[in-house]
Amino acid sequence: MKSGSSRYGLVLFSVYLLFYGGFVAINAIAPESMESTVLSGLNIAVVYGFALIFGAVLLSAVYGFLCGDASRGGDAEGVQQ
Amino acid sequence: MIYESSPQAVLIFCLFVGFTLGLSFWLGRKAKSSEGYFAAHGQIPWFVNGVAFAGDYLSAASFLGICGMIAFYGYDGFLYSIGYLAGWIVALFVVAEPMKKLGRFTFADALDSRFNSSGIKLAAGISTLVVSVFYLIPQMVGAGALVTPLLGFDHWQGVVMVGAVVILIVVTAGMVSTTWVQFLKGAMLVVFSAVLTWMILERGLRVSEGGADGYQFKSLRITDADFTDGDSAIGPLQDVELLVADDGWEKAKEKFVRVRQRSSGELSIWLARRAGESADADWLLSEAQTLTKTADGKTLVNGRPKGKKKGEPELHPVGYVTELPGGVQETGPLSFLGFFRTLQNSRVVLWRNEKLAHGDGSQTTVYYQQETSGGQVLRPGEHPTFRGIRSSKPADRINFVSLMLALFCGTASLPHILIRYYTVKDAGSARKSTIVGIASIGFFYVLTFYLGLGAMTSGQLDVSDENMSAPLLAKGMNTWLFAAISAIAFTTVLGTVSGLILAAAGAVAHDLLGSVLKLQMSDTEKVRVAKMSSVLIGAVAIVLGILFQKMNPTFLVGWAFSVAASANLPSLVMILFWPRVTKQGIVAAILVGMVSSLTWILLSGEAYSKVYGLDAAAAVVPFSQPGILTIPLGFLTLVVVSLLTPKPSSRVQ
Repeated sequence: MKSGSSRYGLVLFSVYLLFYGGFVAINAIAPESMESTVLSGLNIAVVYGFALIFGAVLLSAVYGFLCGDASRGGDAEGVQQ
Repeated sequence: MIYESSPQAVLIFCLFVGFTLGLSFWLGRKAKSSEGYFAAHGQIPWFVNGVAFAGDYLSAASFLGICGMIAFYGYDGFLYSIGYLAGWIVALFVVAEPMKKLGRFTFADALDSRFNSSGIKLAAGISTLVVSVFYLIPQMVGAGALVTPLLGFDHWQGVVMVGAVVILIVVTAGMVSTTWVQFLKGAMLVVFSAVLTWMILERGLRVSEGGADGYQFKSLRITDADFTDGDSAIGPLQDVELLVADDGWEKAKEKFVRVRQRSSGELSIWLARRAGESADADWLLSEAQTLTKTADGKTLVNGRPKGKKKGEPELHPVGYVTELPGGVQETGPLSFLGFFRTLQNSRVVLWRNEKLAHGDGSQTTVYYQQETSGGQVLRPGEHPTFRGIRSSKPADRINFVSLMLALFCGTASLPHILIRYYTVKDAGSARKSTIVGIASIGFFYVLTFYLGLGAMTSGQLDVSDENMSAPLLAKGMNTWLFAAISAIAFTTVLGTVSGLILAAAGAVAHDLLGSVLKLQMSDTEKVRVAKMSSVLIGAVAIVLGILFQKMNPTFLVGWAFSVAASANLPSLVMILFWPRVTKQGIVAAILVGMVSSLTWILLSGEAYSKVYGLDAAAAVVPFSQPGILTIPLGFLTLVVVSLLTPKPSSRVQ
């Protein structure tokens, strides 16, 4: 697990873990704040929830792009069997 | 509600199942070796495998359970969508590529790749079986729930039918046909859900006082004197008598009022609440509905035998908006975000229920109205599972964190998801197929929010069956759409159940018999044993699906995630990142994680109330979701046992 793809994977995983952890923490500690309107008339619950879903799709696309780049650059360990 | 089978639904359903089986037979001709049976020769294109991930993962719990929970409780169902998708981040960034590189047929292969230990194969094989069976139960329960309105069958007939079709698929061709069934189902589920979402937004929101059958629920305002003056009028209700609250009614948490019309004997049930804070404020009465199951098996609706045809006594469909922003009656088409903005400033009627037991052994469920602001619908903490986040007790909040942790960690530990990494040719394809899977599943989960809220405001909901919300929403739009959605929902169950049975059969044939008992089997024999195992596991699933009819699919899937995450994730992660891990550490972590999470679940308040029918307060453990303790316990066990046992040789590391 020392390939380019795994390094990218761990960094992106940590980013998402913080993002997801923040959501769970707000719900557990201050659930009433999820009702506050933040963006375009929508509350934090809806905005943060959609951001977590779109964020997962975005980070996975970034990962795919970075790994594709790494394998083209010669660090092919992550994509070869 | 009365469900009548529709010819269109039956036709489309038969076409779907016929096509699926035909495809299985045709593809089955190519898969004779164990490599073909368990791993589709590793030749599935990554894009197809990615959509098949969605087909495998978006189970009855995702489609029926989440939409139903959103339709009845709002945002809380979406918390499951968020957690289920987040789990794929662990699968992609941590597990996908190493799994493909280390394993061959089962996830036990990956764990055992360094050690060649029959102990690891045994522990991982048992864990695969336990998690698969846990996950199979809700799928079979969901299948039975679906077939009832679709074909007019009983629950048990639906379960037997799904079991039989799935066994046929799995026995016919293994992973090849399973993959294509899942690909078709995943693609169609996403496409049809998108169509349904577009129709919801085009329809917009409109004010109503009742459901789709046109029945308007009544509300009354009366005084204390109306209850006590003994005359034959209660507010505007004339020639009626008030029934005494006895025979279980006196124990209700809410105040229910039963009123009998003297001339016709017709019974009406009302929820009574004070109109203000003061003790002598007027009473507001809102009409409720009741469903009674008598001791001899009869079903009564509002005290009268439930009808079999339209026009006879039945529960009225519900789910409607009572007030829109600006006092308008109808919004017209809404944009993607405008839908939420409008709903947030509206008022909707949700329905809650309370169960009452009577002296003669019968049980009544009272369904009553609860007008709710849109802001409350779009915030977490309304469903009983998530209500704890507003509780003053720390244990209730820990329960929430624990569930969200189990959802996050569970996906990458599910055996039927992990074996899908062996159907593509290399680690790069495993990664790309996971990315396609995340995009498809994420898009679908966004749609679940619209589908659930669309159902909530559709006037089509069956108060007695949350799980039917999405199919009934489609029925309200168009009969053909209902037929297609029902058939897709049915294949949803087929796809997931085939994947689970295949994972469990692989564990039996490859891990337990082949590696632990060291049975010498030729390639053909191994496939034959796996097929026999599939039949056996399918039969077990059918029996459990019938026995657990009353359990909520989403709830059971939550348990499966907790067990999978506690038993499998610690070993999967540590074998990738810690060279010091030993085979004893892996075996101990799997067994400790599995046994501790199962024990915790069986001693929890949820199991007490929903499985044993006991008081949840009498439960041994302080909260129901074990993940927050048992996942770290699995990691701790692995580290401690590995450090206490001899270091693996450098060759093994």
